Amino acid sequence: MKLRLPRPAFPYSAPTTPRGVEPLPGEPRWGQAYDTDWARRTPARYARFFIVEGPMRAVVRALASPARRGADRLDAVRGPVIFAANHHSHVDTPLLLTSIPDRWRHRTVVAAAADYFFTNRYTSAASALAMSAFPIERKTVSRRSADQAARLIAEGWSLLIFPEGGRSPDGWGQGHRGGAAYLSSRTGAPVVPVHLEGTGRIFAKGDKRPRPGSTTVTFGAPLAPEPGESSTRFAARIETAVAALADEARTDWWSARHRAHAGRSPALTGPETTSWRRVWALGDRRSRRARQARRRWPDLG
Amino acid sequence: MAHRPGFVLEVDRSTPPTLFHHGEGFRLERLPAGSRVIYPSEALAPLKDPDAAIRHALLNPVGSDPLPALLKPGMKLTIAFDDVSLPLPKMRRPDVRQRVIEAVLDLAAEAGVDDVHLIAALALHRRMTEAELRHAVGDRVYDAFAPRGLLYNHDAEDPDNLAFLGETDQGEEVEINKRAAESDLLVYVNINLVSMDGGWKSTATGLASYRSLRHHHNVKTMRHSRSFMDQHRSELHSSNWRMGEVLRKSGVKVFQIETTLNNDTFPKPFDFLQKREWDWTARDRASFIAVSKTLERTPSRLKRSIFQSIEAPHQMTGVNAGEVEAVHAITTAKVFEQQLVPVDGQTDVLTMGLPYICPYNVHSVMNPILVMCLGLGYFFNLYRGKPLVREGGVLIMSHPTPWEFHPVHHPSYIDFFEQVLADTTDPIEIEKTYEKSFAEDEWYRHLYRTSYAYHGVHPFYMWYWGAHALQHLGGVIVVGGDPKAVRRLGFKPASTLRDALEMATDVVGRDPSITHLHNPPLLVADVT
Repeated sequence: MKLRLPRPAFPYSAPTTPRGVEPLPGEPRWGQAYDTDWARRTPARYARFFIVEGPMRAVVRALASPARRGADRLDAVRGPVIFAANHHSHVDTPLLLTSIPDRWRHRTVVAAAADYFFTNRYTSAASALAMSAFPIERKTVSRRSADQAARLIAEGWSLLIFPEGGRSPDGWGQGHRGGAAYLSSRTGAPVVPVHLEGTGRIFAKGDKRPRPGSTTVTFGAPLAPEPGESSTRFAARIETAVAALADEARTDWWSARHRAHAGRSPALTGPETTSWRRVWALGDRRSRRARQARRRWPDLG
Repeated sequence: MAHRPGFVLEVDRSTPPTLFHHGEGFRLERLPAGSRVIYPSEALAPLKDPDAAIRHALLNPVGSDPLPALLKPGMKLTIAFDDVSLPLPKMRRPDVRQRVIEAVLDLAAEAGVDDVHLIAALALHRRMTEAELRHAVGDRVYDAFAPRGLLYNHDAEDPDNLAFLGETDQGEEVEINKRAAESDLLVYVNINLVSMDGGWKSTATGLASYRSLRHHHNVKTMRHSRSFMDQHRSELHSSNWRMGEVLRKSGVKVFQIETTLNNDTFPKPFDFLQKREWDWTARDRASFIAVSKTLERTPSRLKRSIFQSIEAPHQMTGVNAGEVEAVHAITTAKVFEQQLVPVDGQTDVLTMGLPYICPYNVHSVMNPILVMCLGLGYFFNLYRGKPLVREGGVLIMSHPTPWEFHPVHHPSYIDFFEQVLADTTDPIEIEKTYEKSFAEDEWYRHLYRTSYAYHGVHPFYMWYWGAHALQHLGGVIVVGGDPKAVRRLGFKPASTLRDALEMATDVVGRDPSITHLHNPPLLVADVT
């Protein structure tokens, strides 16, 4: 039998709203309005250091066995940067947070979807604490998100952003939005293209549980907007750079450079054709869920 | 803080004991009052953005068209690079070679060049292992080229892949790697750790065959190189430059890229090794005590692997590209800016502590022949003008000199030590009687070509390297060395520096002048 405690009576509990009465609109407290400043203060940073270097690193190692490449391309970079990566899985953020070179790792904030990670008190606090996430609006263009990101970069925080705007629905990448390029143009922070290979096989969108696999994180050379370059063109350049890194991760650096210079790097977004052919063209990169044959016979124990 | 230049300290009662390297260990020695200690210069400031500097050098070369103008679709491009003997100790990743080679390849890819080979220019050194090649050129380049057989070690004994290009006006035969000789462009990527490196020596030695090398790696050349750190007074360099002229006339088009590194040689916890003793902080002193005491109790194999795993925090101080001689002149000036220390007059007794490494024992054993080569070949020759020690003076070097050899890397050294040195230590006699049989030995040749062995003739070259010092000196004493091995080398063993100084008085008389070469970090004494 379920024990139910009696609800304390008003004024010891909140008042109920009478029927037919429109309540006053309250100040939104979650979503994009969530204030994450506390998560960048010293106690929270210490806590996050132990979370990232302890359990998060252990889980990432067990689940994703990452190979990390190209960090040497960032040797000459000083100050905050914007890491722009492709996005296939919830594993991407922990994988990147444990892969970013030491210089930036514990001073990086993650731009996270307000409508997914900041829906209530608990997910908001957990995202802000463990990932140093701050909310961005991905469905509408929001000045508030951009202002907050620019302020954080000005304060010396690096930014991790997934310009595709969400996890891949089918294993192929999605076109880059202009956020990373705009912020780079506005703040002067260089964009570091990053390619993540293999996370889609571990925990793709729609998977119920993760399956261990191997991944490769490839950091590219930093990019800066050219004089007079629009955010759209710069965003396209970032997408091309990530595509070249994807090519490098799948083939080798030399052939990838050849194709990149000839403008023939395979696009992240895959062929524009029917959905089954897109899945087919993924080859080994399909998620295991999609590749595994469904059980055809009842399990008789 | 700007770097402090090297200088000569006169020892007095207030001078702290002086650090001597001693193989995989160190000694603190109190030198007699009035002795001199030559300290190297502190590390020069590195280039702020080395990748940008490399790109600038490739686009604005000296005495040559910019590299992109030399790259055409359909051409044959060969990139040769210095082998495992440079730099010392090996540098932290990314290695300078990786940075330069990636920049060159990126321009080649942009120009649509397909036919590219990368060759480790190792002359008669041992072949580089996969791990060493990966360290030098980086994983990206290695993974792209090695699996297709496009990144490989030079083979100085492969008759099918050597090209004879002619003779110099003094009859020296010039034979180098065929692929390099027949390429439309040969890009050489060099690390100039000391002024001896680089210039035409890169191609004329690094990519040459035994047939070609023997013309300048011999006793006569070495004795007439005073020293080989000074290109203008070095017969070794004159010979290489003559060979370079043959290369040029044969149509081998070389685009030389030379890099210089600073003196930042030892990482923590060994960084006290590059500080002057009176600058040691409490932490440095604690590190020295902890490291020394630990090493005393550590088995030699483990000690060796600890030291061989040291990766120097060297940083690039300069990069220049273009025509070989024009580039090398700039490079040499930069090397001297870091290493040259003015010294007034010669000395009766020169002391030196020999470290755990020389160019030929990377990931290997410092055998007695290499001890001789490092002391009498390299350190003795770290001068410009006159040798640091006067003719008939004594050289005292500190090293454990174990009777130990790496059987894979140095097979011919074992026989050289057991057979040749047991008979004579006279370089002329050794050259005349034994060189040919070792150089043409089929088994050594096989090991050099297929295993990781130095060429059969290599221990001879090590001995010749010290020929000038052997002729110049009145005696050599090794402190703390294995007495049997030291005697086999023809030197005298001593237990302590005080004993060695006492023994030296038999040769140079009472009250000799004493100078200590505080090295490494590297220095070149400019003796007037």
